[in-house]
Amino acid sequence: MSLLPDFALMLLILIAAVWTVSARDRRDSVIGFIVVGLLLSLAWIRLNSVDVALTEAAVGGGATGLLLLRACARLGPNETEGVSLKVSLRILTGVLCTVVAVALATIVLYPIEPAPTLAPTAAAHMGEIGLGNPVTVVLLAYRAIDTLLEKVVLVLALIGVWALTPDPLWGGAPGSLRAQHSSGPLTFLAQVLPPVGIVIGVYLIWNGADRPGGTFQGGTVLAAMWLLVMMADLREPPEIRLHTLRRLVVLGPVVFLVAGFAGFWIANGFLSYPPDLAKPIIVLVEAALALSIAVILGMLVAGPAARAPR
Amino acid sequence: MSLMADTLTIAAVSAGLFFFLAGTVGLLRFPDTLTRLHALTKADNLGFGLIVLGLLPQSPDVASGLKLVVVWLLVQLAGASASQLIAQFASKGGPSA
Repeated sequence: MSLLPDFALMLLILIAAVWTVSARDRRDSVIGFIVVGLLLSLAWIRLNSVDVALTEAAVGGGATGLLLLRACARLGPNETEGVSLKVSLRILTGVLCTVVAVALATIVLYPIEPAPTLAPTAAAHMGEIGLGNPVTVVLLAYRAIDTLLEKVVLVLALIGVWALTPDPLWGGAPGSLRAQHSSGPLTFLAQVLPPVGIVIGVYLIWNGADRPGGTFQGGTVLAAMWLLVMMADLREPPEIRLHTLRRLVVLGPVVFLVAGFAGFWIANGFLSYPPDLAKPIIVLVEAALALSIAVILGMLVAGPAARAPR
Repeated sequence: MSLMADTLTIAAVSAGLFFFLAGTVGLLRFPDTLTRLHALTKADNLGFGLIVLGLLPQSPDVASGLKLVVVWLLVQLAGASASQLIAQFASKGGPSA
């Protein structure tokens, strides 16, 4: 009986996924992708992975969906029809997808007994770090190097987007995010929601130490508030040559690297923390990372500079 | 006491589900954008409001109850704003592409 909602959810995800792939219009398929993201986050909640669910909803559905919608708006309507893959490429894609599906199904249906797991070891040492959320412990203590590289990739992505700026406009501001028609309700929302949203974003970051939440989810919420303000035309996107903006972009990775190298002196190696200082260091790194993520995501959506610097 | 709380939960959540059902039927059956939005807001406001009301007696402490109410208020704000935006877009001629 309790499996019934799960089956319904699985069916919905499959329908939405098929619809996303088969939609004729590009914008329709982006909307389908956002729906799949939201449904997947429900599935993660059913699997008791609230951290993953929050990330999927904020990043998979929200931020990525917004990026894709902006990309759609940027491409002209003429380019809609041009996308037709060769038959051989389609067959190859189908074969690869089938291989992945069969491999996953095999693992799920015939699991190795006992399943290889590091969970007991990870849980045993959580007390030494002083955090209560195992996901945050893995992300920022055990596998901190992965998390660090992830954030560096975000900076590289932003550099890639900025590199698309035409030479005469270099250093200028991205094009306005304003909607075609100015709208009272949107302005109202952009004035009422940010104070609440900022509190929720900071709450998610702070909460990440002991309960589900974390830098990426909180940073995305902060970015969403900033984007809302830019879309309602209450603030223009900043010029990309501004030093304050660039410092904020690299703040997170730099703090992370400094904390990592400090590990050589105060603990026993790169990215290792002394037990009694672990929690303050991790919280500091998380705060800096969240700020950088918010700025990077906002500027990624805003896109390359479209106006000459003033 | 817990029997009363459970009865309230069952009654309110059932009523909320009824509004969601009615809203979905309206969304599928109504002839144009504005009436469909009207149906949708019934599900959002009343349906979700009743479900939150029904869940309140089940929340373990006051803080969780308050969080539920905040979620309801945020959904109200988001739903109302999105409906206004869609309605404005529709009244200006709908999707051009």
